[in-house]
Amino acid sequence: MRAVDAVMECLKAEGVDVVFGIPGGAHLPTYDAFVGAGIRHILVRHEAGGGHAAEGYAKATGKVGVALATSGPGATNLVTPIMDAMMDSVPVVFITGQVRTDLLGTDGFQEADALGITIPAVKHSFMIQEPPEIPRVIHEAFHIARTGRPGPVLVDIPQDLSRVDIDYQPVTDVHLPGYQPTLEGNQKQIRQAAKALAAAQRPVIYAGGGVVSAGAAAELVELASADRFPVTCTLMALGAFPASHRQWLGMLGMHGTRTANYAIDEADLILAVGARFDDRVTGKLSEFAPHAKVIHIDVDPAEISKNVAAHVPIVGDAKHVLSKLLIEYRALGIDSSRLDSWWARIEAWREKHPLQYADSADTEIKPQYMIQALHEATGGEAILTSDVGQHQMWAAQYYGFSSPRRWINSGGLGTMGFGLPAAMGAAVGCPDQLVCCISGDGSVQMNAQELATCAQERIPIKVFIMNNGYLGMVRQWQELFWGGRYSQVEMGAYPDFVKLAEAYGAAGMRFANKDTLVDDMRRAIATEGPVLVDVPVTREENTYPIIPTGHAARDMVG
Amino acid sequence: MIGVGERAALEPMRFEEALVSGHVRTGRKHVLSILVENKPGALTRITGLFARRGFSINTLTVGPSDAAKTSSRVTLTVDGAVDPIAQVTKQLNKLVNVLKVRDMDLEHAVSRELALFKIACADGLQRGALMQIADVFRGKVVDVAGHSVIIEVTGTTAKIEAFHEMVGSFGLVEMMRTGQIAIARGCSET
Repeated sequence: MRAVDAVMECLKAEGVDVVFGIPGGAHLPTYDAFVGAGIRHILVRHEAGGGHAAEGYAKATGKVGVALATSGPGATNLVTPIMDAMMDSVPVVFITGQVRTDLLGTDGFQEADALGITIPAVKHSFMIQEPPEIPRVIHEAFHIARTGRPGPVLVDIPQDLSRVDIDYQPVTDVHLPGYQPTLEGNQKQIRQAAKALAAAQRPVIYAGGGVVSAGAAAELVELASADRFPVTCTLMALGAFPASHRQWLGMLGMHGTRTANYAIDEADLILAVGARFDDRVTGKLSEFAPHAKVIHIDVDPAEISKNVAAHVPIVGDAKHVLSKLLIEYRALGIDSSRLDSWWARIEAWREKHPLQYADSADTEIKPQYMIQALHEATGGEAILTSDVGQHQMWAAQYYGFSSPRRWINSGGLGTMGFGLPAAMGAAVGCPDQLVCCISGDGSVQMNAQELATCAQERIPIKVFIMNNGYLGMVRQWQELFWGGRYSQVEMGAYPDFVKLAEAYGAAGMRFANKDTLVDDMRRAIATEGPVLVDVPVTREENTYPIIPTGHAARDMVG
Repeated sequence: MIGVGERAALEPMRFEEALVSGHVRTGRKHVLSILVENKPGALTRITGLFARRGFSINTLTVGPSDAAKTSSRVTLTVDGAVDPIAQVTKQLNKLVNVLKVRDMDLEHAVSRELALFKIACADGLQRGALMQIADVFRGKVVDVAGHSVIIEVTGTTAKIEAFHEMVGSFGLVEMMRTGQIAIARGCSET
């Protein structure tokens, strides 16, 4: 069969039921193979939209997402989603068409060195040189994307090679000598960690996105419950620990809660699991957690001691390690009353520094209230994707996630334009769940074209635009740190989002009254098909609290 | 409005302040030996990791490491502080095509490089003097022309540099060096 038909067989063998993409010259053979292949293909309007949709699909389902693009501009338009998937460890296989081999390196029409351009942005990549290797490469790509620390893998297939007749034999096993991720943690180190936890007077569990990737949320709750360990999560891990749990401190980092940041600041032991001590979490690195010993569990050995030195390093999958650590810890039979004074301190912070904002006296909608209203209208059970900016931070602070894979956002790269296509992908992957997107009037315009895809495919995402007429986070920084000199942040009242939605074939709504907002949102959610809702909010509200860049957690303001 | 930030961001920052926040690379020279599968882009992946961290690669050699030519040995030398080089080594290990990385301890390794020197010589007297020096360094004359010779020297980096200094006064036309390769002493694999 043709190599491209073998690609379809491989995709099906990998359990792929849907892909996102746009055809083009170099991908004509591949797109021909889609005809009758039995794989749903969603025709996106821009390759970046397709890439983010594949990410949203992967984040919501835990399966590998697939996005396709043609050579040249198709491939370069995928660079942002590829980098985004790299930064947030999202398993996505990107398949790009490439010009014919006789044109390679000649500046042929729509030629771009997709492999070269994406090298710093991928977990791994393949350039097909021999057609018979295609089936093995596709399976290797999926294996690399989903195992260890997940990430993006690119497969670049020259157009002529994809048409070559090959003898297709199903590939049953993948062997990569240079890629052997360590999943089981070292037992001695785990015992050390258990002892350190037992000796700690002021412990904090700091969970990151790796807990979600590993499907280790239940193990996290169990370990925390074994001894009233306080828990904070990074932006990427929200939902890995239920926000309603009494041991929940709130999010950590720049816009996290004071309670979580103060607890880390005074902790004598931090159990970091699947987290990478990002600068948005640590603030000033030299003053981060000055009193703490650090146990660091991560499947990626390069993360351990990268930013903060680990006293007990454990390389392994969070699910494996946490379950073993629980057994070791329980065997020690520790009296949890030693944590009484620590909890008294934490409770005092909680009482003194709850997340709060001054609500409006009239019907004006405060952005924080908009998130609370969305929580109420969705029963807190929606899959919520987000774009990047103030709305993202308010959603992270105020939505209160109860389970993992419900909060889908671009954390590492901070990609505006991520939210809407990611919601589309999540909705395709989880058709029986409510999928909402919280966006800003700046972010949403960076991939609004995917509303057409949603309308055509009847993908029923509900997009809520927190509209303040500004690039709000940049405006906030200019106000706080740049002397209030606003430079290129005012977006005005453009476009008319209701008309835009209607032009795309989606329902458009505008809600501006606080008193009816929850009911209005329920009405939007009950509307069939894709809905775009414009919600004008207080224009110059700031996201608080905040650790200013280069400061320590104890210097939080607001 | 609350005043945050230690000083107004509007003031220009001195370059020295910016430098303080970066890594200071005053540490020892490192010789990294990397065994890598021969796959498209493998070398770019390796060198890219150094560029991203701001390391300059001083020397780089690549050659086949087995009869089947399925893998290559990359030896590269960089100047680096201990901590950042450890991070690069970990990142190198994550590359799917990289089979092995070793930060070579030159006390327990044999290292060599090869250099070719093209030197002008006006007459037989000069040529004789050059050949004498070459002899001391166990160099070989590999080409003789009317007014020049080419001398091949193999050895440690220090030896090559010493030879370079010796012949400098003769009118060096050009010089090429392969960069260092290193192999672990004893029967353990590099």
